[in-house]
Amino acid sequence: MTALLDMDRLLDDLEAGLRKKLEQRGVTDPALIGIRTGGVWLADAMSKRLGLNEPWGELDISFYRDDFSRIGLNPKVKPSSLPFSTEDRDIILIDDVIMSGRTIRAAMNEIFDYGRPASIILATLVDLGARELPVQPDVTGQVLALQPQQRVKLRGPDPLHIELQEAGK
Amino acid sequence: MTANDPSSTSLQLTADGQLRHFLTLDGLSRALLTEILDTADSFIEVGERSIKKVPLLRGRTVVNLFFESSTRTRSTFELAAKRLSADVLNLDINTSATSKGESLSDTLLNLEAMASDMFVVRHSQSGAPHFIAESVTPGVAIINAGDGRHAHPTQAMLDMLTIRQHKGEFEGLKVAIVGDVLHSRVARSQIRALNELGAAEVRIIAPATLLPRDVESLGCTVEYDMARGMKDLDVVIMLRLQKERMEGALLPSEREFYRLYGLSREKLALADPECIVMHPGPINRGVEIESAVADGPQSVILNQVTNGIAIRMAVMSMAMGGQMTERNRKLAGRAEG
Repeated sequence: MTALLDMDRLLDDLEAGLRKKLEQRGVTDPALIGIRTGGVWLADAMSKRLGLNEPWGELDISFYRDDFSRIGLNPKVKPSSLPFSTEDRDIILIDDVIMSGRTIRAAMNEIFDYGRPASIILATLVDLGARELPVQPDVTGQVLALQPQQRVKLRGPDPLHIELQEAGK
Repeated sequence: MTANDPSSTSLQLTADGQLRHFLTLDGLSRALLTEILDTADSFIEVGERSIKKVPLLRGRTVVNLFFESSTRTRSTFELAAKRLSADVLNLDINTSATSKGESLSDTLLNLEAMASDMFVVRHSQSGAPHFIAESVTPGVAIINAGDGRHAHPTQAMLDMLTIRQHKGEFEGLKVAIVGDVLHSRVARSQIRALNELGAAEVRIIAPATLLPRDVESLGCTVEYDMARGMKDLDVVIMLRLQKERMEGALLPSEREFYRLYGLSREKLALADPECIVMHPGPINRGVEIESAVADGPQSVILNQVTNGIAIRMAVMSMAMGGQMTERNRKLAGRAEG
């Protein structure tokens, strides 16, 4: 396991990308939603950096996963918590890592069960490619090309850092 | 088929300890009971959304197979299945017509031919859900919705969820179960759950005629005098007086029962001031419980109903998940071999 990437710089890039995207879209009052667990730490960080006053939401996508029929229910599911209505809101959806795109599909399905948002901006700290669904982030801290057996994971919350893992170790 | 049949453990759990049926609380660990409660907590949140539905059982068929009528249990199971996106078939079956063993097997064969994925079974005979679980096609999950005097595990778990919501944890809690324990399948499941989850004391308050002979071996203390029994209680669970089963002279009269074992404001005042009042419903006002208590600030009876949906969603999705992972593992094993 190796620590890699400069976290401060990644967060700076993510913040800058989000500010630019919000300005392009003319969004002034976004609501922030993090996908548990890594995305929630990032939601906390971005909420502070963007100066948002509203509390961020947390999603646990366990009830929306597409592999339930293969692996059953996640035994560690926790309640999702959205302290605002998503109806007609501009949402920033944030997660630590995007790969297949399946987590984001599940998260968007769940968000719509709370109400129809006006728009969703997708932000991910690290993009590993290897997409299986047509889902692309609007804002990314860093694109990484990994070896097939390698994985990355955000650790935190204090300090936030990214770990490189070799599969099977 | 006894309450402590060790075969129920291997019957209702997969090789790696996941639920695949939900028949009894016997043999289920504190960790698994806690997992059920935690999962139900997440389903409570789903019930508060604009769209109260998740896609876990989409495309699955759930059959509510009720050989004994029960409006509340059946409707909360139905709602739970629908909130998991399953298709639901409700069958109320009168058992008295033909020989029971034969009609049961035939009914099951017919329902399996309709490609059902889960049977929710309520039966007046103890052990009927076990029997069905043993004979059903692999891949079909059986949920016990109450069998004879044996068990009513989803009711006990929704009671545990209600207690945890109000008290936080089970350690140190003094809980009393009051009334007709003899005819109660709920009481057996409750005693088992409370002991496994670590309650300090489970106290039964009832007249000797309404106690099963082996009551203390279930893991509880017995108190015949309600005023003494109410002392220091954190939770009081009233049982329904099963009027329809009250054959023979077990009680002098309903009025006498209320005087001795009914929960009045005066008796409740003897418990801890924070004591919560529970009842599985339907309540007989003025028989087991005074209206002012049932509707009072310490009553959590309606929370129990809401929690019933969440608990049923939890055990249905966990058992279905267990069945499906097991089936996939077998398919994968066959492919490799």
